[in-house]
Formats: sequence, structure tokens, C-alpha cells
Amino acid sequence: MINVPDEAATREALGPGLLKAAERSEIVVVDADLGKSTTARLIADQYPERFITFGIAEQNMASAAAGIATTGFTVIASTFAVFAEHAFDQWRMSVAQPNLDVKLFASHGGVSSGEDGASAQSVEDVGVFSSLVNFTVCVPADVVEAEAMVAAAVDNYGPWYVRLGRAKVPTIYENGSSFQVGKADTLREGNDVSIVACGLMVDRALQAAELLSDDGIKARVINMSTIRPLDTATLFKAASETGAIVVAEEHLVHSGLGALCAQALASKNPVPMEFVGIQNRYGESGKWFEILELLGLTVEGITDATRRVLSRK
Amino acid sequence: MPDLEIELICKQIRRHIVRMVYEAKSGHIGGSMSAVEIMTVLYSEFLNHDSERPDWPDRDRFIMSKGHATPVQYAVLSQFGYIPEDELKTFRQLGTRLQGHSVLGKPPGVENSAGSLGMGLSFGLGQRLGLRLKGSGANVFVLMGDGEHNEGQIWEAAMAASHHKVSNLIGLIDLNGIQNDDFTEKTLNTNSLANKYRAFGWQVRDDIDGHDVASVREAFLWAQSTAIEGPVALQFNTVKGKGVSFMENNPAFHGAPPSDDQFKQAMTELS
Ligand SMILES: Cc1ncc(C[n+]2csc(CCOP(=O)(O)OP(=O)(O)O)c2C)c(N)n1
Ligand SMILES: [Mg+2]
Repeated sequence: MINVPDEAATREALGPGLLKAAERSEIVVVDADLGKSTTARLIADQYPERFITFGIAEQNMASAAAGIATTGFTVIASTFAVFAEHAFDQWRMSVAQPNLDVKLFASHGGVSSGEDGASAQSVEDVGVFSSLVNFTVCVPADVVEAEAMVAAAVDNYGPWYVRLGRAKVPTIYENGSSFQVGKADTLREGNDVSIVACGLMVDRALQAAELLSDDGIKARVINMSTIRPLDTATLFKAASETGAIVVAEEHLVHSGLGALCAQALASKNPVPMEFVGIQNRYGESGKWFEILELLGLTVEGITDATRRVLSRK
Repeated sequence: MPDLEIELICKQIRRHIVRMVYEAKSGHIGGSMSAVEIMTVLYSEFLNHDSERPDWPDRDRFIMSKGHATPVQYAVLSQFGYIPEDELKTFRQLGTRLQGHSVLGKPPGVENSAGSLGMGLSFGLGQRLGLRLKGSGANVFVLMGDGEHNEGQIWEAAMAASHHKVSNLIGLIDLNGIQNDDFTEKTLNTNSLANKYRAFGWQVRDDIDGHDVASVREAFLWAQSTAIEGPVALQFNTVKGKGVSFMENNPAFHGAPPSDDQFKQAMTELS
């Protein structure tokens, strides 16, 4: 990407990222009739033989991707997050169990497919793919990090799930910023409380921290863009140095980043925690930002949770 | 190989199957027994493989889609030099390489993980697509059950294989007429699988006696030359539990081990 726009959808990184990866790696891109929407299809013009569509058949795509990987290619599959879930057992048995080199880039993750309504919104995908052994699971905060993740996924062996979004969200990283798998990025220092976030909630966490600083609350903001393996070193450090943690994610609270952080902290250094996420429900139609509002995934949601957790310190 | 010699190997493999399941007190006999000739003729005369170099990139692949039929798969791999015969005793025991359902690479020679039915044809299709990109003409053979064809994913793969004009992909259907609970006709009548594959654009043979070595050989010969042009399916007409009278065509022996008496009688019949 030459010019990084102020706002962009993370899915916009996939096609360009793959074009770059194809220059240096033997990749094959597989598709299930959504290559235009995920942007993966960009690669088809320059590398027509490296782009294989399977039609609207996600189960076949997943198992075939595994088969292709056994012949020495890194395989990139893409579809929408909810349709990736359509083939759960294929990701489990064909890809995860034999630990094959298949990367799944799922666009339209979270509630970003807005107007399409509940069926198109993946409130559980991170939990679903985090439940698989061998899978690396990532959620980029912006388009710059997303493109760096494409490169990292291609360069690191093994199955990956990367959730991309359709919503145009603020770009927070500078052009060319790097991404290290399994390494959280502390975006703002602070010792009163830590806000751990991923995806589009990272920008909202930064805004919340700014508001909180007006009240003299110094919040640390951590972009936990790798969900699995979790950067527990950064997490434990945050717990011991700030003594309270808020997790913010565009996902069900019972199976996402917050649940994984709580599990890690419970056995090592339990501190008061609050969770900003989706509470045991599906989404509905509306603009993506209206749905976030409806679900409480807002700057205010984060500041409220922060005040709650501070009162429990 | 002379027919007589292959038939002797088949009998030996059937003895291994019965013993493995009897000793493990679990495992799938019926669908293993029905596939013995298919796999033995394939491994002895058609599959381009080398147990000394199981990772050889240009090898033909055998994909076990009906992953419960590991008794026949391991017995065949033992027969063709991949596993010491002694290791068959470890089938389904803690610490074994020989799990109840196929696991890729355990032992080398097992090319895919299976157990959840319906995925093997997709996996084999992917292998052929990858091999084609690498410029390899290696064949990929995929063994599937007839009940397994209830799974929609097989038809996704069948459609994609002809759409992409995938050559050297050979589907092997073990048409033994029985699935888990009952006969396929009573469970979910798939009617003519052969006609379905034809409708999906495959070249198909459905006149094969899956227990007659000459018939199986002739079918593989035809498949080898025909698959150069596109995907091929061989429907082997077989008998579930073949070789032991009380197991033959008996749904009870899909996934149940023989009792002590049944084991003795089976081994007598297979001597
Ligand atoms: C997806 C899935 N559903 C259910 C099962 C349970 N199951 C194991 S074997 C079997 C019957 C298979 O019948 P068939 O394909 O005809 O095999 P064969 O007769 O050759 O043993 C079933 C239902 C399974 N293994 N996978
Ligand atoms: Mg059957």
C-alpha cells in the first residue's frame, strides 16, 4: 500500500498483501465465490493459475485447501467469517489436526456486514477458530496491520485464522508498521488500568483512554491482535503494573479475547476485570456503527467499564 | 502379479483385519473386508509408491476417505512395507501410531486424516490441483463408502473436479450396500451413484466385481488410461464383511468386534 487512507476496511489489505506475497512465495489462493468482496481475487489477473474458485462450497474449499497444502504450497482461503464457520469440521479435521499450511482470511467479521442482519454477522468466529488446536488466530486493528498480517501468515507455517472487516475504520498505524505474531503492541502507556482490545475496538480504546486522562486516569492501551497464541507476558505485566484490566472486543464475551485473557490471568495474577463485548445475543440489521452502539461497543462503553473496574481495585 | 498370489495376500489381509479388531475389542470389520481386493490390487499393481520414500513428491496418493476402514489400510501398509507386521497388534492401543481412524503421516504412507466422512474426495481433489500446478501427473485415488455418499461435500468435490477438468483423480466407491445402522437402501437410498457421477461429468465404470481380482485389475487399467482426460469413478460392487460367512452382508458387523467364538470361526474360515 503506497497511500494509507485515514479510514479503510481491513479486508482491503488482503488482495494487495497477496500480490506482494506471490512475488516471494509459492502461494495458491482458493475462493468460494466471494473473491471480489474479500479482495483476494485481485491476484487472479496476474496469477490466474494460482487463483482457484470452488463455487459456493466452503466445505469442499477447506478440505481441498488442505490437499493442495500437502503438495508444497502455502494456501490462502478466503470467504466471509460466517461462511468460514459453515465448514467447521473441515477446518478441524482436514486442516487443524494434520497441521497443514492453510491460512483462512475471513472478511465481514463481527457486525461489519451491518445491514445484512444477524445471519451475516459473526459474533462467535474468533471463539470458534480459537477452539482449534494448531490455529493461530489474529484480528487486525486497521488496514496497515492487516497487510502486515498477510505477510506474516504467508511467512509462518501452519493454519491461521485472520478476521477482517468490511467497515471502514480509522487507520491507527503508520504506513509500513510491522506486525509480530504472538506479540501485543502497547499503544499508550499508563499505570492505573489496562485496556486490552483487538480489531476496531482498539481505536475506540485509544479514544476512551484520551477521555479518561481528562479525569486524571492513566489507562494503558494494548492492541492484542494475536488472540492465539496469547501474549501472556504483556498481559501479566499489565496486570501486575496496573492492577485492573478492561477487555474490549467486537465478539461474544463468553468465548473471545476477554475469556482467554481471564483464563490466563486467573491462574497467574487475577486482577479485577471488566468486559466490553457482545452479551449472549446475535446482531440485527442496521449500519455497522449503529449496531456497535446498540451493543454497547462504544467509547463510552469502555470508559464506563474502566470506571467500574477501578472501583473494584 | 498372478491372481492366485494376490488372492493369497487378500486372505492374509483379511486375517489381520479380523485379528486386529478382535484384539482391540473395537474397530470396523465390515467395510474393511469389502475393500480388501480393491486395495490389494491397487497397491500391488497400480499405485506408484515406494515405502522407502513415502515423501517422494511424485508418488501416487491413496486417500482413505472412509477413515474407519483403518484395519484394511494398516494391514495393506504392513503388507507393502510401511509397517512391521508386529505393529498391527498396537491397533487402537494407547501410544500407537495406528489410531482407530486414519491420521496423516501415522505411519508414513497414510496420506490424510479421516474419520469424519465426506472429506476425502475434496482433499484428493486439492492434491491433484496442487500436483498439476507442480507439473506432476501423479494419480490420486480416493476410497469412499457408499453410505458416505449421503454427505453433500462429496458432490461439491465431484462438481469442482469436472469443472476444473481435473485429470488423474480416481474415485473408488466401495458399494457394499450397508452403512452404520442398516442397509443403505433403508437408511437413505442414494439410487445409482454411478449415474450421479456421470451427471456430474465424470467417466464411470459400474460393472466391476470388487472381489474378483481380474475384474478389479481390468477396472484400474481402464481408469488409468481414462483419467488422463478427466475425473474417473470406479464403482466396485462388494459384499460388506466379505470372507466370513456370518459377517457377510450383515449390518451388525459394521463396527462391532467378534466374540471369542466368532473370532475362532472366522479364522477357521479364513485359513
Ligand atoms: C460425518 C460423519 N458422520 C457420521 C459418522 C459415523 N459413521 C462411521 S462409519 C458410518 C457408516 C459408513 O458407511 P459406508 O460409507 O457405507 O462405509 P462402509 O460400509 O464401507 O464401512 C457412519 C455413519 C462419521 N464417521 N462421519
Ligand atoms: Mg457401505
